[in-house]
Amino acid sequence: MLADTHQAEIDKILSKYPPDQKRAAVLPLLYLAQHEYGYITAEAIDEIASILELDPTQVGGLTGFYTLLHDQPEGKYRIQVCTDLPCALRGAEKFADDLCENLGIKLGETTADGLITVEEVMCLAGCDKAPMFQLQDDTGIHYHENQDLESALKLVEDLRKRGSDD
Amino acid sequence: MTEHILLRHRDIKGIDQLEVYRKHGGYKAFEKAVREMSPQEVIDEVKASGLRGRGGAGFPTGVKWGFLSPNVFPRYVVANADESEPGTFKDREIMESNPYQFLEGVAICAYAAQANVAYVYCRGEFWDLAHRLERQIEALYKAKLLGKKLFGSNYELDIIIHLGAGAYICGEETALLESLEGKLGQPRLRPPFPAAEGLFAKPTVVNNVETLTNVPQILERGAAWYRTIGTEKSPGPKVFSLSGHVERPGNYELPLGTTFRELIFEHGGGITDGRQIKGIMPAGASAPLLSASDEVLDTAMDYESVPAVGSQLGSASIIVLDETVDISWMVYKTSRFFKHESCGKCTPCREGTYWMYHLTEQIQNGAAADADIELLDSVARGIQGKCLCALGEFALMPVISGIEHFRADFQAHTGDQS
Repeated sequence: MLADTHQAEIDKILSKYPPDQKRAAVLPLLYLAQHEYGYITAEAIDEIASILELDPTQVGGLTGFYTLLHDQPEGKYRIQVCTDLPCALRGAEKFADDLCENLGIKLGETTADGLITVEEVMCLAGCDKAPMFQLQDDTGIHYHENQDLESALKLVEDLRKRGSDD
Repeated sequence: MTEHILLRHRDIKGIDQLEVYRKHGGYKAFEKAVREMSPQEVIDEVKASGLRGRGGAGFPTGVKWGFLSPNVFPRYVVANADESEPGTFKDREIMESNPYQFLEGVAICAYAAQANVAYVYCRGEFWDLAHRLERQIEALYKAKLLGKKLFGSNYELDIIIHLGAGAYICGEETALLESLEGKLGQPRLRPPFPAAEGLFAKPTVVNNVETLTNVPQILERGAAWYRTIGTEKSPGPKVFSLSGHVERPGNYELPLGTTFRELIFEHGGGITDGRQIKGIMPAGASAPLLSASDEVLDTAMDYESVPAVGSQLGSASIIVLDETVDISWMVYKTSRFFKHESCGKCTPCREGTYWMYHLTEQIQNGAAADADIELLDSVARGIQGKCLCALGEFALMPVISGIEHFRADFQAHTGDQS
């Protein structure tokens, strides 16, 4: 239960919205669950629904709509490369393909060790620093800009060290 | 422009620190508003400045503030920091590097709207940025620039950061409000407009980050000063996000009315590797493509002149396409984007973006016939004017303009040219 470990954080989130508008706290609570469990579990959806006095479908339905929410476990680290038009004009598609080839996976897949997932995403507002990607991990979402294959593989190596230390 | 009005961190080192920002006049405008001006006087000054919304629509900001339903409280201010238009990265630089000027703009807007709570709706991908903003907001409470009894008055204000979770559509102001209320980010039927029934069904002002960042300087230096920058109908500075095939992509703060040629060739250093320019997308993926003629290059980038040559200024995210770009591929990329981002509420947009994506994909794969180009054009025209929000309209613009200006690029794939 989130409430067992994160009650203070739940209270702090709820305090940001009018008491009669608790539903507004749903995205922050879903983020909290995702960071705790790595993805949004069915139990977390039920718990959040009960905190906010909503039907579980009103909570669960959001995970399919918002791309940063995941209701399935994937790699511990998600490398999400922007291949939208402005980045593509500066070589992002080739960058993403080369990265995947080096990791022995296809776009959208996870490496055999279960640590790294590489995905394509839409514009991240980093168009002047392409190729670029965001790294989604258990600490949040972080930008990596002006990347090339070498810098990305270096990061993968660091993540693998981190992943095996945990 | 010698002095930056919005990207002031490029002139003043450390302006992302509150003490440095205050040393350079920061929070004098908010103090002046609360101590010396009525909310209506603040609205009048912003109206007089001619400031227009920098998120894309170009609607006069002061007029928007003046639309709030009278005598209905509480009211809310929401800063739209959901910057997601392909090619747009200006709000991010402002919030990262000159955050206090933006937050002071939020505060002044809230005072003018007589709101005691303002939300900053940040796209979820701006995770690190949003957490920095939270710490900066804490610093403002400590300095008594937020909270209760501001400047000895009875005015109080809280600013709260709210993270979205990945949905382009939430940049549309009513979809943003739905999302902030904890629902799917889908646009609302209007009227009622947010000024009458916005967040939690209360009167609400929604403004873009860059728009709000203009406000402290307008109050400090006056509307007349502001109008000396830019053009008569499009006053003020604008941050142009320049991307694609240019030597120096990046943000450039220039007066509205600067030409495409000056931005691309003087500031941006010209086309990569000295190649020829083919097309300009002046508002990211969300406006008609312009064929880069001399007439277009010499067009002033303001809210009147860009429509006169057949496109829109929008959020002024200029994507430059050089001669190597296959326009049918560009249209495939934008169609893929809009298919992914359509919220699914309106059938013409949901189905239309799906079919535009599949037709453009087939064209790319060499699996389409000439007649499919006409079919693509007719699907696009079938969406026109039939959706609740502008996303549907945006989606068809690159398609129709792409076929109109560069049909040969599509025909090169369909293969049954006679």
